[in-house]
This record gives sequence, C-alpha cells and structure tokens, in this order.
Amino acid sequence: MNDTTLGRRSLLRAGALGLAGLGFDMKFPAWATTGSAGLRADMPTLAGEDIRLRVAHDRFSVGGRTGHAITINGVLPAPLIRLREGQTVRLHVENTLDEDTSIHWHGLIVPFQMDGVPGISFPGIRPGTTFTYEFPIRQSGTYWYHSHSGLQEQVGHYGPLVIDPAGAEPAAYDREHVIVLSDWTFLHPHQVITKLKQKDAYFNRQKQTATTGEMSVAERISWSKMRMDPADISDVNGSTYSFLINGHGPNENWTGLFRPGERVRLRFINASAMTIFNVRIPGLPMTVVLADGQPVRPVETDEFQISVAETYDVIVEPTSDQAYSLIAEAIDRSGMGRATLAPRVGMTAAIPPLRKRPTLSMRDMGMGGMDMSGMDMGGTGAPAMGGAACPPEHAAMGHCKPGQPAAPMHHGMREKSLMPPTVKVGVGVDMVSAMPVDRTGDRPLGLEKEPHRVLTYHDLAPLVPFHDKRPPTRTIDIHLTGNMGRFMWSFDGRKMNEGAEPIRLERDERVRVNLINDTMMNHPIHIHGHFFELVTGQDHGHPIKHTVNVMPGGIASFDLTADAPGDWPLHCHLLYHMHAGMMNVVKVRPMDDGEAA
Amino acid sequence: MRKFILLSALFASAPVSAQQAMTDSSPHADHAMSMPMTEGDAQCPPEHAAMGHCTPQAEAVTPPHAGPSAAALSGPEYAADAVWGAGAMEPARRSVYAEHGFMNTGKILIDRLEYAAQKGRDGYSWEGDAWYGGDYNRLWTKFRGEGAAGKAIESAEVQALWSRALDPWFNIQAGVRYDIRPKPDRAHLAVGIEGLAPYLFDVNAALFLSDRGDLTARVEAEYDQRITNRLILQPSVEVNLAAQDVRSVDVGAGLSSVEAGLRLRYEFVPEFAPYFGFEYEGLVGRTARLARAGGEDANRAKFVIGIRTWF
Ligand SMILES: [Cu+2]
Repeated sequence: MNDTTLGRRSLLRAGALGLAGLGFDMKFPAWATTGSAGLRADMPTLAGEDIRLRVAHDRFSVGGRTGHAITINGVLPAPLIRLREGQTVRLHVENTLDEDTSIHWHGLIVPFQMDGVPGISFPGIRPGTTFTYEFPIRQSGTYWYHSHSGLQEQVGHYGPLVIDPAGAEPAAYDREHVIVLSDWTFLHPHQVITKLKQKDAYFNRQKQTATTGEMSVAERISWSKMRMDPADISDVNGSTYSFLINGHGPNENWTGLFRPGERVRLRFINASAMTIFNVRIPGLPMTVVLADGQPVRPVETDEFQISVAETYDVIVEPTSDQAYSLIAEAIDRSGMGRATLAPRVGMTAAIPPLRKRPTLSMRDMGMGGMDMSGMDMGGTGAPAMGGAACPPEHAAMGHCKPGQPAAPMHHGMREKSLMPPTVKVGVGVDMVSAMPVDRTGDRPLGLEKEPHRVLTYHDLAPLVPFHDKRPPTRTIDIHLTGNMGRFMWSFDGRKMNEGAEPIRLERDERVRVNLINDTMMNHPIHIHGHFFELVTGQDHGHPIKHTVNVMPGGIASFDLTADAPGDWPLHCHLLYHMHAGMMNVVKVRPMDDGEAA
Repeated sequence: MRKFILLSALFASAPVSAQQAMTDSSPHADHAMSMPMTEGDAQCPPEHAAMGHCTPQAEAVTPPHAGPSAAALSGPEYAADAVWGAGAMEPARRSVYAEHGFMNTGKILIDRLEYAAQKGRDGYSWEGDAWYGGDYNRLWTKFRGEGAAGKAIESAEVQALWSRALDPWFNIQAGVRYDIRPKPDRAHLAVGIEGLAPYLFDVNAALFLSDRGDLTARVEAEYDQRITNRLILQPSVEVNLAAQDVRSVDVGAGLSSVEAGLRLRYEFVPEFAPYFGFEYEGLVGRTARLARAGGEDANRAKFVIGIRTWF
C-alpha cells in the first residue's frame, strides 16, 4: 500500500499524550484529522501492552463556537486504541477531573471487575488518581470505550478501539477509516435532562401541527386521545445537537481519502449520547462485514440505521476519481453528520437534503399484531403482518387467545391486565403494548419506504457460528417502559433507583430474553460482558451482538449464554434514558472464586 | 496489502447466498447438524414461523418462562465486593443506584403576565406556578392576581401544595391557599388534581375550604393548538363554584363565574413567548345578581397582551 501520492496534509497529529498541554486549539487524533489517509502503521496510535489515558477538562469547538469538554489525552474523539487478539493490555487511566470518572470498554469480554462501571464493577476512579485496567484480549473487531460516570459521555469522553485478529482478517481491505459518529451540544448535560424533565418533548421542534403532517383528522384525534405525539422520535436532537463525524461538524466536513479501485473499510461506531443515525453514501453501495465487532456474512446495502452504541464495519469500493458524501442523518431528520470520501483533499460531493421527519404508526404503539385493515389509524408505518394476530408468545403472556380475534380494539393504550404481575404499571408507565410483534425484520423507523436497499437485522448472518449451540432452557421477559411526559424510563416499570430486582442467571445457563418495548421510542439495549445471539429466526443463523435496537412497540429476543460470572449492567444506551432509570444489573452466579478473588 | 480471506464473497452479486454456499456445502445439511440454533425450535421459533419468517425444521419448543435456579441465587450478592472490598464499593453503589433514576428538578412558569384593555379602567393580571422535586413528590406553588391600572391590587393569592403523582399524567395536590387581597385576607385548605387529560387538555381542579368555613371550587382547562411549531393558539376556560354565599367577596352560592379566553402566542424559544388574545368573564346566578345590585357589570370582555415565560 502506498498512499504518499495522495498528498496527505500534514496536520496536527495529536494521537497520544504529546499535545495535551499545548493550550486550546482544535485537536484531533491523526485518524480523525480531516484529510486522513486512513489508519496506518506509522500513526501515533495507542497500542502495545501499556497504554496511558489522561482524562481532563478541555475545550471543544464546532461550528464556530467553543464549549467545555472532557477529553482523553487532549483530543475529541479520544485516541484510537489498537490492540491485537491474544495480547494482554494494561490501560492506565489518570483522572485529572474534580469528579470521579471511569472507562467502560464497550463490547469487550473482560473480567467483571475490569468492566469499568462505578458501583457495579469497581469503585470508580477518584479525582487525582490513576487506575490500571488489565485484561487479556480475547476477541477482534471494532469497538469503543466511554465514560460510565454521570453524563461525561455527552461532553466528549469516548473513543474508538480496534482489535486486529490473531489470524487473518475476515474481510479483506486495502485501506481503513474509523468513522466515529456522535452528538455535541453546548448545553450542559444536566441542563439537557432538566429541560426534558421540565417540558415534555422540549427539544422537538418538528411536532405535528395543524398546518403540517399527513394524518387525517380522525388519526390526529386518536393520537391526542392517547396523549401521544406521533412526531416524538428523538428526545434530544438537532435543535441543540451538532452531529459530529470524527469530531467534525457537517461544515467542517471531515474528509477521508481513498484511491479509486481500492477496497476501503469503514469502521462505523455510533458513540452518540442520544442519536440514532441513518447512514448512506449516495452512489456507493456498502457491504456490511462486521456488526458489533463480530464478522457477518458480507451483505450489500445502500443504507443502514446504526443505533446508539452499535458498530458496523462496511467495505466500499469507489472506482472513479470522484468525491462521495458520507451522510449520517439523525433518525428524526433534525440534522445530519456529513463527511466526504475523496481521492484528494478539497473535493466535495452533493449533500442530499434532509428527508421528511418520520411519523409513528400504530405499529410503533404496540399494535403491530392487529389486523390494521378497517382501522383508520396508523400513520405511515409498515403494514401489519398478516397471520400474526396471536402468536404463541403473546398467548403465553395473556395478550390474546389463539383462534380468537386479537386483543379487542376497545382496550386502551395502557391495559394493565396485559402486563405480567411482576411489572409495576404505575406513574412511570404511560403505555402498554397491546399486541407487540417481533420487529427485527422490519426496516428501521423512517426507512420503510426508501426505494433503495435498507439493512435489517434479518440480513445479518454470523460468519462464524456462535460457540454455544444448546437451545435456551428458560425465557425471561423484560419490558421496556417509560413515561414520555415525565421523562421516566425503566425496565419492568421500575427505575434503577427504585430497587428493581436484578436479573439472576446461573453460570453457563442459556436463556432467551424477550425485550418487549412498551414505549413509542427506539431503545438500544446493551448488556455488558456478553455477546448474545439476536433471534431473527433466519435460516442463515442469528447475528452475534452486544447491543440491539428494540423498535417502538415491538419485541426483540436474544439468546444468551451466561458464561461470565459477576455483575453486569443491562441498560438502554440512550444516555438520558439510562440516567433517568432505564438500567438494571444482571448477576451471573456462582462466582469462580479463583477469578474473583 | 491485507490478505483476502473472503474475497470472492465480496464480489458475489448476492453475497449472502454466495457466502452461505461457500461455508456450507448444503443449506439443508446445516439444519441437521452444524450451524448454531439448529435444534429446530431455536432455528425457527414458532413466533417467527407464525409470521411466515421461516419454516420450522423440527418440533418447535419455546423455552418456558421460569425464575432463576438455586445456583443463580447463590452468593455473594455483590460480586465486586470480593475484589475491591465492601467499604470501597458501598458508597459507589449507593450513588450509582441513586444517579440512575433519582433527580430533583424544578421549574418556574409565568403562564400569564398580561395587560387587559377593557371598558372602564384597564387592568393587569398574572398567573403562574413553580415546582421542585422528583418524579413522584413535588413541592408546588401557584400564584395569581389582578388589579386595575393605577389602583391597588384587587386580588392576589398564593398556594403552597404538596404534589403527588397519581398516574402517568395526573398529580394530586394538597396544601394551603392564602388570599393576600382582597382585605380582609383569608386562608384556605386546598386540595385538587392537576394534569394532562385525554385529548391533551391541561386540567386543574381544586376545592378550597376557607378559615371561615366557606367551600368553593375552581376548575380550569386549556388546550395548546399548534398552528406551527412556534405559533400556538390556546383556548382556555375557568369555572368557579361556591357551596354557599361568600358575602365578603360578593360570591353567591352555585356556579359563580365563567371565564373563557383565547390567546395566540409565538414561542421565540419554548421558554419565552409573547401573546395577545381575548378573554370574557361572566358572573353567573346569585353572584351576578349581587354584582348588579352593587352597581357593577356582571360581564366583562377584555383584549389582553402579555408574556408567557418559564425557566
Ligand atoms: Cu431508551
């Protein structure tokens, strides 16, 4: 590989410790510097057995404004950590803040005490101290790392982590770029959540109004009867966020270089606090080769939705000497991240306009199992699936009786009797999905009608079969619950602070977990310390993931092998949902005394 | 240049199926043997079969819903204590639990601060509330008052309430109301509910028992009709009732007054919106007769202009 002909600009290379003390200037790691030729062996990447990370108050600029940030080694996003499968790593994290901090290694299989969640895996990193994480690297792929303390992640405390396989790469490439998607606000994160608590849908400036939207009067009335807004897509959005690609706003236009004819691997990481992105590169099909760090059978697509905390590796093959826009459009279309892939710095391509804000449908309200014909409600969502009126799992939950008509139309949007007694249907639960259906095969919200190919979870097939082939022996239901108006979020109706019963698993047992979304929002649910098989029911096998986006009013199921003893957080990766209570602890017992002590 | 392990798959026109064919000599063989989830039920669970996603290969079994085994319940309760010590973990644990879900916030809303052009002397009025607390329990204060231009304040009241969430949308509120004007001042016990009713009506209904034993009630409702995301038309209505004559304030038993307003506001930001509108106030029944007997109008129409703000 020879890319000196590309005229790579010599810009700041602040990949490591060196530039932290230089005072304020826009500092990016080399891989995130615009005009990057991609990850290269000679870059000042953090690698090896001892890696030093320094967490500090800092400044960050985008769109001509500068605000307070928390950075690692003086850069935002944080430095790229590049490791190799089979090595052992010691990560020395120095906290120069005046508050506790932490780093969680997202998607990494580590001993629980190295997982980096204060109060669950370890005590946290006190101000002025250095904590050393040490663990063996037992996997490969694209991952990331971020603070699990307070709301630090919102202000820049996140970075990419790439692990090269011990053997051969599962997918070949000539050049690679890391693409870190994130969201930045000049509001203090505590102000963000305060606004959300003060006023329902505070940040939504695209509400349905008398003069907008396509809903009929009857539909509008039925939504207002439910006290719901079909335009509630994102709690925090472009009205305050600048969407960043590798730390660059859309006008800063981060540019990654390629040479026509090369196979270029793009390692997408959604490190946002709250933003689910729709990613596309107009004119360039993308072949997905990894999902959440795990190799999948290559599958070509034109657009994919990446929920918060997910990663996708794609390969693109630009053949002509032209620039391409890389577009990461916020799910509610309130803004976009934009970057450029080009043979030379300075080239740009057309930027497609923002598309129309999606409108929620009755399927997003948990009415997916109903025959929608004859209903004059429904918005613009996908049509209901025929024949799914009363699948066995719903019958088992008491949602319906097989052979009888599906749950009658007259029951409300919050029918307590549809919930198992273990779920607290109180102040914090404003909706109960009456007929939720598996939505892992649905196109993501807002992409139902795109004319081009859109990735769904059903398209993902594992390249290497999951090691545990036993069928699960028991099923656990977890209801994703919330109150939009009061901004309360929880599992099974209990916020974390309300003493939810932990999820207790026997070591090495295999369980099926049904995530049932009783809200009208997407929730990226992440479990620490484990990969699971997302149950898609596809003949080509179930993809192996650490985070699954559960669509509004829908179900996503995963099969988990509880092979990691210890305490592991399970939470929604929307930062303010987690902060508002949507988190619990999975306890895997018995402990292995030799490992724990 | 990196080695291409799966080069051909990347070039295949149908990559998934091509890849499948590469790794498994026969797609049916893998059902029977080597792939994950080949045990029939897991490969094609009934819910997916029912949706037409797949065809079950073997007898399907959905694993039963069941609680944890005895081994899963074995200790220790907190795994990290064994590594870092309970003394180090306990404070961190308490704060991580509290941090995820518990949060006190507050809000001060000046719902109306307005000038009223009307027959006779123009008037002014204010109305708003403020709260502080968590998701369930809040301290709540409400205030309102009015007067005529150039004269002393006619009426002014403030309420101090404890507010408890009743359901996802409504709060029950109880406390005291104190009328600073008119003189002589009066104190009341107050109890009411406040919240968002179906069809998105903001509703506020309260009963007041005064220190003189008078029972009165007030019901308010308003609705925000967004014309655009910033321009909002707000119809509102308020009804006052009394269980008996309250001579000191010229209120008669029964329905005593009805107010209906229509305000059009423009939210420059959600926190700040000027508005204008109309309001009609009508005294009703015995109260109206008392007013007319005192030489006052029982009806009043006002053109209002004002500001709505919160922080
Ligand atoms: Cu969530």
